[in-house]
Amino acid sequence: MSIADIQIAPTPEHHQHDDHSLNFWTKYIFSTDHKVIGKQFLIMGIFWAIIGGLLSVLIRIQLGMPESNLAWLEPILGKWIVDGKLDPGFYLGTVTMHGTIMMFLVLTAGLSGTFSNFLIPLQIGARDMASPFMNMLSFWFYMLSSVLFFVSFFVESGPAMGGWTVYPPLSAIPQAISGSGLGMTLYIIGFILFIVSTLMGGLNYITTVINLRTKGMSMARMPLTVWALFLTAVIATLSFPVLFAALLLLFFDRSFGTSFYLSEIYIAGEALPNMGGSPVLYQHLFWFLGHPEVYIIFLPALGLTSEIVATHARKPIFGYKAMILSMAGIVVLSFVVWAHHMFTSGMNPFLGTAFMVTTLAIAIPSAIKVFNYITTLWGGNIRFTAAMLFSIGLISFIISGGLTGIILGNAPLDIHLHDTYFVVAHFHLVMGVLAFFGTFAGVYHWFPKMFGRMMHEGLGKLHFWITLTGSYLMFIPMHYMGYAGYPRRYYSFTNFEYMNNFIDLNWFISVAAIVTASAQLIFLFNFFYSIWRGKKAPANPWGSNSLEWTTEKVVPGHGNWEGDIPEVYRWPYDYSKPGAKEDFIPQTVSLTETIESNTDYENQRLIQLKKEITNTQNN
Amino acid sequence: MIQIIGIVGAAFVIAIAYAIFKVLRFVDIIKRPAKSEVPSDNNTSALLLLIFVILFLFGFWWYFFYASPDLLPVSASAHGEETDQLFRIAMGVILIPFTLLNILLFYAAYRFRYKKGTFARFYPHNNKLEVIWTVVPGLVFAVLILMGTNVWSRITTAPPENAEVINIMGYQFAWGVRYPGADDTLGSHDYRLADAVNQFGMDLSDPSSFDDFMPLEIHLPKGKPVLLNIFAKDVIHSVFLPHFRLKMDAVPGMPTRFWFTPKYTTEEMREMVGNPEFNYEMACTEICGTGHFAMRMVVVVDEPEAYEEWKASQLTWLKMNPEYLAKIPENLQEIARIKSGIEQLPAIVAK
Ligand code: HEM
Ligand SMILES: [Cu+2]
Ligand SMILES: [Cu+2]
Repeated sequence: MSIADIQIAPTPEHHQHDDHSLNFWTKYIFSTDHKVIGKQFLIMGIFWAIIGGLLSVLIRIQLGMPESNLAWLEPILGKWIVDGKLDPGFYLGTVTMHGTIMMFLVLTAGLSGTFSNFLIPLQIGARDMASPFMNMLSFWFYMLSSVLFFVSFFVESGPAMGGWTVYPPLSAIPQAISGSGLGMTLYIIGFILFIVSTLMGGLNYITTVINLRTKGMSMARMPLTVWALFLTAVIATLSFPVLFAALLLLFFDRSFGTSFYLSEIYIAGEALPNMGGSPVLYQHLFWFLGHPEVYIIFLPALGLTSEIVATHARKPIFGYKAMILSMAGIVVLSFVVWAHHMFTSGMNPFLGTAFMVTTLAIAIPSAIKVFNYITTLWGGNIRFTAAMLFSIGLISFIISGGLTGIILGNAPLDIHLHDTYFVVAHFHLVMGVLAFFGTFAGVYHWFPKMFGRMMHEGLGKLHFWITLTGSYLMFIPMHYMGYAGYPRRYYSFTNFEYMNNFIDLNWFISVAAIVTASAQLIFLFNFFYSIWRGKKAPANPWGSNSLEWTTEKVVPGHGNWEGDIPEVYRWPYDYSKPGAKEDFIPQTVSLTETIESNTDYENQRLIQLKKEITNTQNN
Repeated sequence: MIQIIGIVGAAFVIAIAYAIFKVLRFVDIIKRPAKSEVPSDNNTSALLLLIFVILFLFGFWWYFFYASPDLLPVSASAHGEETDQLFRIAMGVILIPFTLLNILLFYAAYRFRYKKGTFARFYPHNNKLEVIWTVVPGLVFAVLILMGTNVWSRITTAPPENAEVINIMGYQFAWGVRYPGADDTLGSHDYRLADAVNQFGMDLSDPSSFDDFMPLEIHLPKGKPVLLNIFAKDVIHSVFLPHFRLKMDAVPGMPTRFWFTPKYTTEEMREMVGNPEFNYEMACTEICGTGHFAMRMVVVVDEPEAYEEWKASQLTWLKMNPEYLAKIPENLQEIARIKSGIEQLPAIVAK
């Protein structure tokens, strides 16, 4: 007699109406199904990644091949190409939009949006999100914001040009730069819609995780993926509203003559009337989101990786509790480190000391995570699938990119390094490339669940090797340029004598960037080809423990499970348990079926449970 | 250059086309569903990971030494020597785990590749290990913080009384630099007084302004503390003196400052780097508009005597722009003419 027999069976819900009442529009476009919404976020994320990637290639052509004639771009860029040269204002627009697109439209919406939507209900055993309708709205607000960002490329005065941080006064005064005209207005409205989308999504993820877990799925049995996505949503819902406020005030300063951020400005031949505002106030508000945002990008990638590393190493994740605690530590600390971006902003030096301490404190949980990953691999029986390879790459990027954070977090060192290529190198490794690797790993791993087919592993590996090598070749050298004093957001390095020594290196980085960017075509082909022509996927292709692989159909329909939602009896990391028949025991297998592999503690629990049950039956 | 890109691009297209061809054939052959299985190229992947980490670290360390000569010369300021020292220590501290952890990671992947018939070790946690690797990084970071706060507090203390005071103002897209002149007192400024010529917004009703001068190059005395008062006129800029390891934002409406002590004259630095053309340069490191990348200004460090001579030889701003005399209040006209050096009156030498 298994435990399941004894517990009261949940009343079967009716899910027979599955898909039949849905037409094309309600099924694929205005869908409230979390899986479809997840895929919608993925497709849009890919779209934006292509644009963001093309912009980075443009940046690199400008910096690495400054002599080249760009007249061939005229059909696309029009008046922004002057005599075969890129317009310096448009260069700044390119940098700004590249950063914004990558950070928000790709690695926030595209990463969290895809995997929170797709995985949370499937991994905790829910039929859908807590509020499927709000979930749909979340995607459509993202679409609206996408449209505004996209349109801003085509307005006469160009897209926003103030850097992704859009510090006022530069972003507040149209006379300061052409991008601060209509382009900036679209940017602010687009961003505000984006925040609305993120908040609706985030609240949904949080309520779903708290309320809709299936029977037996205690918080302490959730896969680390769900933990990471959940904690990410917590960070996002607490920090994005502050950016909302900051942008609203910026909007007022721009459009209604207020002076929140403006004071004592003389520009384009006239003194502005604004008095009493503070540009540094904006920086504090901005970075109150801006730093947590880094973790909004970082944590989901690590969450996906945790699951993938355990599955493909056939080994439980090492230090499950420590992993959760360190993520929780990151959540709390991420709110008290923001001013490490402002060591040279003129704020009180005492703040510098305080934020230096909190910043190095937040490095500790990240260090713990690295050690735990390596220990998870140690003693494993590793299968190098494309997903696994990308996860290993990701761990390498936490190491290589994370360590330079210890340098930048040290205020006296940041004096020299702030706003140089050292920073660009650091955040690309630890945030940009890292999160892309997490996303790729996630796509290769969950593709069979999304589309019922496998991606081609060989192409996946080719994609991995080029991307891994290329990423290091691009970003390791940038540290040297940064230490040598090359400032970021520079149109060219030709005006300074001290910046004439890395010409070859700049060229080299650009070639690496172009090669790496082209290698993403392999992924695109593999992805779209496999959707229709990939090998048919089995139910549980990786021999994984978590709930999403237990659905009756390989690609679950509306409501996910056709019958009852399965019950959960154990944590998701029972891989290679001694004594077990197979090297994995899904969460749905009850302890009574695995007496031979149970730990002593588990068997004692069983005996105790049985006693309790016999007692209640005798009464 | 373009050719190389072309070749690389072409190679890519061919590689991708070939891969696509292989996939298509592969898919045609295998129609039945895939099964959970170990990738056939598992050992190859493991070996490649091992080769990768070797090449990666080898390449890294080779480049580390190869590129060093291209970095900036020794710090030209006293506090910069301390930050450089701290940088070297911190770099040393992080390069050890960088190397070891990367080796460990890729080696673990290689060593524990799938082997038929073996099982992974069921090893979910070990509290002792976890405590160790929480505490050890914690201690290392604590030491780095202590060293950092120490240097930071020395850099950010109040400037010494005897510091040379210089005002710098960033505007689109140049720097205005203002010295106090013979009276050693800087006059005030106000953005509402600015115009195309009076970029600084110099207040000409303040008698201290009359002898102030605004050179096209910054000169600094060697070995004397210098205090930069930093202003911005339009948007945020940032004073960056890479050779002095110095950076501070220029913020409209909020004066900032940074003090430091130049250590080597331009001549001495030219000798040290073996380049007779060498110049100290100032750049802008806060995005400020289309000309952000071109806000260059040359900085010259002189021996103290040469510095005083240079100062004495500078024409006052008022003398160079005498039309502004008309804007000076009636009762100050006389003193303005004299202090600015427009009129020589030996009897009433300023101060
Ligand atoms: C092919 C890959 C990429 C290349 C070659 C690349 C290149 C660059 C370069 C050269 C800059 C600095 C431009 C300048 O300061 O003038 C930059 C800025 C930036 N990149 Fe990337 N990037 C890539 C991918 C990413 C990814 C994946 C992210 C995601 C986080 C990202 C986020 C940013 C951000 C936030 C900025 C700062 C923008 C600003 O200064 O306002 N990049 N990128
Ligand atoms: Cu931060
Ligand atoms: Cu600037």
